[in-house]
Amino acid sequence: MAARGLGLFKGMWLTLKTLFQKPPTVMYPKEKEVPVPRARGVIALDTDACTVCMLCARECPDWCIYIEGHKEEQPPAKEGGRVRTRATLDRFDIDYALCMYCGICVEVCPFDALFWSPEYEYSETRISAMLHDKDRLTDWLATVPDPPALET
Amino acid sequence: MPDVMPVALEINFYLLLALKILAITGVVLTGILPIIFGELKISAHMQSRIGPYFAGGRWGWAQPLADGVKFFQKEDLVPAAADRQVYKLAPYLLMVSTLAVFVIIPFSPDLIAADLDLGIFFALAISSLSALGVLMAGWASGNKYSLMGGLRAAAQIIAYELPLVLAVIGVVIQAGTLSMVGIVEAQIDMGVPYLIGGQVVGFVLFFTASLAELNRTPFDLPVAESELVMGYLTEYSGFRFTTFFLAEYAGVFAMAAIASTLFLGGYGFWGLDPTVFGPFVLVAKVGLLAFLMIWIRWTWPRLREDQLQTLAWKWLIPIALANIAVTAIFKVAL
Repeated sequence: MAARGLGLFKGMWLTLKTLFQKPPTVMYPKEKEVPVPRARGVIALDTDACTVCMLCARECPDWCIYIEGHKEEQPPAKEGGRVRTRATLDRFDIDYALCMYCGICVEVCPFDALFWSPEYEYSETRISAMLHDKDRLTDWLATVPDPPALET
Repeated sequence: MPDVMPVALEINFYLLLALKILAITGVVLTGILPIIFGELKISAHMQSRIGPYFAGGRWGWAQPLADGVKFFQKEDLVPAAADRQVYKLAPYLLMVSTLAVFVIIPFSPDLIAADLDLGIFFALAISSLSALGVLMAGWASGNKYSLMGGLRAAAQIIAYELPLVLAVIGVVIQAGTLSMVGIVEAQIDMGVPYLIGGQVVGFVLFFTASLAELNRTPFDLPVAESELVMGYLTEYSGFRFTTFFLAEYAGVFAMAAIASTLFLGGYGFWGLDPTVFGPFVLVAKVGLLAFLMIWIRWTWPRLREDQLQTLAWKWLIPIALANIAVTAIFKVAL
């Protein structure tokens, strides 16, 4: 057992050492941390892959995804064939003021239309501006890093 | 002609008094800004933070000034339940009791407001007034947290006044004088400061007790944030809070200066002419002790109320009495 009161001086030594170490602070606007590629910064949307299945909107724990769509008739693939319908996305909004970055939507998407991007600089002065619409979510797609290579 | 002389002397006296008051207030107020800034910066780096950074353009050096300006802009609130006169008077009483200590602090053999024969006795007596200021603030705020804080502060200051005074007695016995200049000169004659020359126990006692007198960690129970919001400071805002705040740091300056004078040789340093380098030597020693106070504050946890009283009555006072006895024996024997 250590002598009583020794801890006081150990503590003094620790704070003295810390005093002369460089603080780990990153001076944010001037210098920026590079987040790891799999960081949960923002969710990007690939509208071509989306089938308006609504799974993400239904699974979202705080219901921050708003989806509207309609079906469009497409000409038959062959002459005399049946007229096909295709789901078209009218609205796909994510409210980042509500989003808790759980990533369930990304996990649940059956057609890989949602991706995590490590971008984090999208703070706003008005809370309503935190609602990212379809176009803005598509813009984030460019920042999505390539998936890690498959194991051979 | 004989009629003119006394008038001239009288004017001179009041002029000199005004100048001395201005000089002391100026020295104290400019002297505590670096201590406040040091507290901000050192505490930050001890906690792996950076602390103030942008104010003033470099290292945040203007942060204490900016804080001061901010405080002056705030409304001077008086709670409805407060005892108005006492509430308003309390911060000034505290400030005056702290500033008055600087009267007897010698910055060099000549640079002293008044070298009283009673020197250190005057300082200890006048600084005890702070207990009254704190108690007034706590009682007059009309707030239970303030009252608890004020009572704790009063109990603490009274308890630690004794070891503080008893620790000083050792120095007084060794130096054979109460005058601050006399004590410094005695140390210069001896060649080593009293910290090395026989009063190391006295220094530890004095320093511990002065931390308690200043309500600083580990003895900051009167303003224990987690229990009492801010103790007797809870209801104060604006200029009056600033006065309390400045008085606290002026107290750090005063206690560090007294401890430097009594135990570290004051303005004297080997090979440096005290009439020229005295103020710088003293300020350096004050800085050293202020750093020690800040270092302790940001390292050690707060004591419990009963531990605080136990430390004072069961440990510090008996040790101080033993210290006096041993010092007296050596003084007589040698």
